[in-house]
Amino acid sequence: MTAALALGDDALVLSHRLGEWAGHAPVLEEEVALANIALDLLGQARMLLSFVGDEDQLAYLREERAFRNVQLVEQPNGDFAHTMARQLYFSVYQHLLYEELAAGEGEFADLAAKAVKEVAYHRDHAEQWVLRLGDGTAESHERMQLGLDALWRFTGELFEPVGGVDIDRSALSDRWLAAVTSVVERATLTVPSGPQSGAWAAGAGRQGLHTEPFGRMLAEMQHLHRSHPGASW
Amino acid sequence: MAAVTADQTTQGTAGTAEEAEAAHLATFDAAVAADDRIEPRDWMPEAYRASLVRQMAQHAHSEIIGMQPEANWISRAPSLRRKAILMAKVQDEAGHGLYLYSAAETLGTSREELLDKLHAGRQRYSSIFNYPTLTWADVGAIGWLVDGAAITNQVPLCRCSYGPYARAMVRICKEESFHQRQGYELLLALSHGTPAQHEMAQDAVNRWWWPSLMMFGPPDDASAHSAQSMAWKIKRHSNDELRRRFVDICVPQAQVLGLSLPDPDIRWNEKLGQHDYGAIDWTEFQEVLKGNGPCNEQRLTQRRKAHEEGAWVRDAAAAYADKHSARPGTAGAAAQPVEATA
Repeated sequence: MTAALALGDDALVLSHRLGEWAGHAPVLEEEVALANIALDLLGQARMLLSFVGDEDQLAYLREERAFRNVQLVEQPNGDFAHTMARQLYFSVYQHLLYEELAAGEGEFADLAAKAVKEVAYHRDHAEQWVLRLGDGTAESHERMQLGLDALWRFTGELFEPVGGVDIDRSALSDRWLAAVTSVVERATLTVPSGPQSGAWAAGAGRQGLHTEPFGRMLAEMQHLHRSHPGASW
Repeated sequence: MAAVTADQTTQGTAGTAEEAEAAHLATFDAAVAADDRIEPRDWMPEAYRASLVRQMAQHAHSEIIGMQPEANWISRAPSLRRKAILMAKVQDEAGHGLYLYSAAETLGTSREELLDKLHAGRQRYSSIFNYPTLTWADVGAIGWLVDGAAITNQVPLCRCSYGPYARAMVRICKEESFHQRQGYELLLALSHGTPAQHEMAQDAVNRWWWPSLMMFGPPDDASAHSAQSMAWKIKRHSNDELRRRFVDICVPQAQVLGLSLPDPDIRWNEKLGQHDYGAIDWTEFQEVLKGNGPCNEQRLTQRRKAHEEGAWVRDAAAAYADKHSARPGTAGAAAQPVEATA
């Protein structure tokens, strides 16, 4: 229950954020790619939420404090580098997590086996862009470093324990750091040195404590559904 | 095109340039008359090339500008199922833009060049996208009416004389037909939903009906490019012919939807075997075309902004590709453009 909600909300919220890029991407190929990733995540979210209950009730009728996603995925898009930093941090984590879940025999094994192929692409997409932006022009290098730095403090939460997901979190964290470090260094960038969590970011999202932009995101997402109680769409 | 290529016909011909030109034209005309496809390496009249570039560019631009009014509702889609459908639809439109810009490239004109012309206001996109999407039901009305009109216009383009355009259109029409059905199904759900949902659906149809009829272009006697395009088989049916076909398709569909069309003059004409419909306000059409529609400024401004704000990303990708093409084997694969896998 807890796990499906946590993983489902991660996918739902990140999908929503990526959907905000539609019509604003820097190049037409990225309109296609970002929408593709958003659609994969939305598909995962719908399956995971359906383990818990009605997908629309869960997505549209819960208050902010009832969401269990990590704070990383709710962070606003910022510029393209900022979005790619968020994608790198999250997709590497999700890829490693799903690989492990797919290899196990838990309740998420089937879903993870399917999703891991999608997420491998998301990870590749993010890594390629971090390389290009880091090792592109002076401006792109600076923007990419700013994105990595700004979101670093939200990464610690990825490794907080989630009830129902039985994996070695500290090993996951080590593998994540090694993978991210390798990409960041190849991109001629620096792995941020600050703490991976602040007073409010250590496991807070999983307990329903979110950041200010999240309330606005939900207001927009839920408004129409809530305006017509009981209606079918 | 089954006929010989331009290169072959010029080889060993001792005639004058005029004779060669006349021979090319005769080959081209014969190919068009025989319903053969003209391919990129075939000789073609400059005016034919220019006309195709104009039409394909306008079509490609319409796909990418057309993403805006629908993307406007992605973040507010009222169910996760609808959200997935809408995101997939907007993604398809970006994909259609890609096919069409690529097809236009076969005529020797780059995507960058065409985008520059769009941003400078020197090439058009379909005027329909200068209308706003004010409610969720507008997403349905766009699918049913706007995509429906587009399909009516575009299905004949699958038989267009220019090969790359015709082939792109086959794929596009398949996806458009899915878009049209989702719009119809969305409106059906609203029309049979709560009174407020029904009213939302009717209001959207009222606002989108007339602009959709205008999508077929000016009446035949006032259409600037029609006659030549028909002769070249770029275009297969006249504007008015297609418009009438569209009305005939929509009238029974509106009845099933339980929605009315905002035209008291629509009635079945027994003698002609088709529907009559009321007079279209061509003044509105001309005004929107001139840039005075409700969203002309907004659509172009957003497009320019996305392009300008993305310049540093494109520059970075180019700089990275330059650096790494000089060092083969280091990160060559990463220098390729990123494309979706699914």
